[in-house]
Amino acid sequence: MSDELSIKVLETIAATQRIAKETVTIDSTFEELGIDSMDGVQILFALENEFNITIPDDAAKSIRNVRDMVDGVRQLVEAQAAAEGQAG
Amino acid sequence: MQRVVVTGLGVVASPGIGVPAFWEALAVGRSAIGPLIGVDAGHFRFPNAAQVRDYHALDHFSEKQTDHIDRFAQFGVVAAREALRDSGLKVEELRRRETVIATGTCVGGQSTEDEGFVELYRRGRPRVNPMTVPRVMANAGASHISMDLGLTGPAFTMSTACSSANHAIGMAYWMIRQGSAEYAVTGGCEAPFSFGHLKAWEALRVVSPDTCRPFSQDRRGMILGEGAAMLILESRDVAIARGARIYAEIVGFGMSADAAHITQPSWEGAAKAMRAALHDACIPASEVKYINAHGTGTVANDVTETKAIHNVFGSAPKLAVSSTKSIHGHTLGAAGALEAAATALALTHGTLPPTANYTGPDPECDLDVIPNSSRTAQVEYAMSNSFAFGGLNAVLIFRGRS
Repeated sequence: MSDELSIKVLETIAATQRIAKETVTIDSTFEELGIDSMDGVQILFALENEFNITIPDDAAKSIRNVRDMVDGVRQLVEAQAAAEGQAG
Repeated sequence: MQRVVVTGLGVVASPGIGVPAFWEALAVGRSAIGPLIGVDAGHFRFPNAAQVRDYHALDHFSEKQTDHIDRFAQFGVVAAREALRDSGLKVEELRRRETVIATGTCVGGQSTEDEGFVELYRRGRPRVNPMTVPRVMANAGASHISMDLGLTGPAFTMSTACSSANHAIGMAYWMIRQGSAEYAVTGGCEAPFSFGHLKAWEALRVVSPDTCRPFSQDRRGMILGEGAAMLILESRDVAIARGARIYAEIVGFGMSADAAHITQPSWEGAAKAMRAALHDACIPASEVKYINAHGTGTVANDVTETKAIHNVFGSAPKLAVSSTKSIHGHTLGAAGALEAAATALALTHGTLPPTANYTGPDPECDLDVIPNSSRTAQVEYAMSNSFAFGGLNAVLIFRGRS
């Protein structure tokens, strides 16, 4: 799971939460990282900018840990790449 | 100490312009939430809003005035004029006595600000309209009411996000109660529909993608609204002496701060403000039979408010609770004013407005929420809650005909 995308998601979470990169692992829960609902919204904003994606509200609501977030971002990035491939 | 009554109402809101349109929508439970118009709709994750659709500025103001007054402050002036007419008071009487103007506004002239920034950042122009600052400022509502009616007494604007109007009405109430003023024009006005400001709400992920369903099992967030409501307050003795129609008496006001989180509400803070209002009114909690809830329709607010109500009124409270935001939307700094008008009208008509768009109970919101249809009930004491972002809470208590 230490591919480029997941590393970037972990780094984005750490930077937004203003905590050390090493603190954030793929198995971290939001609770462990002290991420509340407003922090979560700020992380989604940072990820949208980082990956140039739009994360729907409903998808965002079910995310409770770092792994969910990495999986969600990966799905959106892949869907976007597929859509761009078709368009091209 | 003077007893303080509401003798005039004026409303500009999504159900229409004027008190009759507002009350009709509340009495039948017809939600005025509809497709968002006029601000690049389609660029947002939420397609709906509670906008004032049939408002034409030139019906109420000269062209020159509209150059000077943003939409939000126009709403405030239109509502104040109606409230004054409705009270039966002559404006000369208000000018002769000490009359306080207290308005609530949260975000101010957003569309004016947005237009200015588009000129600068998108069109690359080097300057903005010189009326930008006086149109944007949150106190423009109070200022234009004072100029429109020629009132030179104390005038101010409270800006405490979604509690702004309740704070304003509460302060005006206290000023009359302690004898610092004889009349008040008080309420709130708001018009938050600018592209940039709506994008800011979208980023918070609290706006519903369909409609506003407070306390409902499948609620998905709030719906933004615009409008204004103004109340004329005066001492009960004066009102009775002049034979005025009295909608309701204001009997209590309470405030608190959560001191917890900038956006997440705390039930402790909400409960503390409700208790403070009960204490101010010198009545036990058991006297309150209706609450016009803050009831935004977000997952967090409605659960927290339910918990606070249980804490103050007991686990099985004998009272009805509804959120009229399901009908007129969340008008931010004007919310408490629309809901004060709704509560005063409910007491006058003996009809409690419903929570519209309700689809079924959420076990975490186990209250009698008057689902979808209004209820005939002659209530003596009613409470109106406002809980703001930033954790600033303001609660009013009204008394109807006993």
